[in-house]
Amino acid sequence: MSAVSTTYYTEDHEWIRVENGIATVGITEHAQEQLGDLVFVDLPSPGATVSKGDALVVVESVKAASDVYAPVDGEVKSVNEALSSEPGLVNSSAEGGGWLWTMSIADDSQLDGLMDADAYQKSIA
Amino acid sequence: MTESNSLKQLPLKDLHERAGAKFAPFAGWDMPVSYPLGVLKEHLYCRSHAGLFDISHMRLFEVSGTDAARLISTVCPVEAAEQAIGTSKYTFLLNEKAGVIDDLIVTRLAEARFVVVANAARAAVDETWIRDHAAGLDVVMEALDRVFLALQGPDAAAIMDDAGIDVSGLSFMSGFEPRPGWFVTRSGYTGEDGFEIALPLDRAGAFAENLARDERVEWIGLAARDSLRLEAGLCLYGNDLGEETDPVSAGLIWAIPEGLREGGPFIGAQRLAEIIAAGAAQKRVGLRAEGRQPVRAGAELTDADGNPAGRVTSGGFGPSVEHPVAMGYVPAELAKPDTQLFADVRGKPVSMRVVKLPFIVKRSQKG
Repeated sequence: MSAVSTTYYTEDHEWIRVENGIATVGITEHAQEQLGDLVFVDLPSPGATVSKGDALVVVESVKAASDVYAPVDGEVKSVNEALSSEPGLVNSSAEGGGWLWTMSIADDSQLDGLMDADAYQKSIA
Repeated sequence: MTESNSLKQLPLKDLHERAGAKFAPFAGWDMPVSYPLGVLKEHLYCRSHAGLFDISHMRLFEVSGTDAARLISTVCPVEAAEQAIGTSKYTFLLNEKAGVIDDLIVTRLAEARFVVVANAARAAVDETWIRDHAAGLDVVMEALDRVFLALQGPDAAAIMDDAGIDVSGLSFMSGFEPRPGWFVTRSGYTGEDGFEIALPLDRAGAFAENLARDERVEWIGLAARDSLRLEAGLCLYGNDLGEETDPVSAGLIWAIPEGLREGGPFIGAQRLAEIIAAGAAQKRVGLRAEGRQPVRAGAELTDADGNPAGRVTSGGFGPSVEHPVAMGYVPAELAKPDTQLFADVRGKPVSMRVVKLPFIVKRSQKG
């Protein structure tokens, strides 16, 4: 079986890439543009159980702190440790190397309410 | 969009839009917060070359007449009659409790003529306060309609010369009128050498565009203006200063002439002398978080034993020093450098140390 991934988007400008039942979460290119240069990313602890809508990560620019929310229920599996020394990765590669955390998905049906890439692009146009 | 409809618009708004500015409300004005360069690089560019700021939200008042010096010396703790013509002073309007109504720059342009620069959010309050105390005096107070720009950074003086304004004889904290309706001071709020330039509306667009075209110049928005002034240890009215703050607690006693510290003809003199004699209960200090996490305005502080120990009044990240920077008010006994305090950031304690201000080596002088 080949690893097929599907990417979803939220109204809060997060992307969720689902692969083999694990979700990788980050903020969108649009979101990083709006925030400006990040100087600190406050990451959760692996193992934490989270509910959809929990403020899980705080991304801080020079001027402000902004929450990033858990898009689904589940458990945090890993966090992007590279961001503690290089928060600017979120700016340079928001939807790649600047990912924030991975998590299990407790209830697949929660993904149904999310947007695909086309719908997200229309929502920010 | 009722909010933006009620906001005041800068005269050069079109120019900022063409420069790609993002706008946000500040003190009732729709202000450029950042430009396409981004806050971090804007900040660094200002410290390495020069930054151009539109600060037309700030208000200039001309105070003239035979009693002008007397009025200034009544509403501010200064000796205006002794102030040399062509010099600027950083000072405040104080209330009877020696609380700061606003912090100001007062420049004496002639024997009987001063220009007062007030903060945007306080300009209306200031104007009423000063006018109320002008009753019976031979004084005219006039709000000046000008575009107000700041050019800050190590290249600023050379750029001014190239723009046709000779600033070679202008020392820091002094000002002059290079052309009719123009007013230039060597001053600013970034810790860099630089200038503040007030000029008539019909000249402003061309002048600003000419400066902005210079490759040594980048437009700088309010966000980087804030990180620049915070690294320089300078107070933001409304955050670090207010009517409940006195100049002693704020660490701004240097701005009050020694001859006025035990009393004088200015409003708040008696209370100020009492505070000086008793010592301030709280002091403004620099605070440095020990990690990389910024601690922002409003964070409550505790001492090593968990007792309340004041609060952070300004905080963020310092792009030049590459670490979080903050200021706050702490009990006087905790104001010594290297004292460890803890800030509450979203429920988690962040270790901070009291540090001397400013965070950078200033290239401007005191002011």
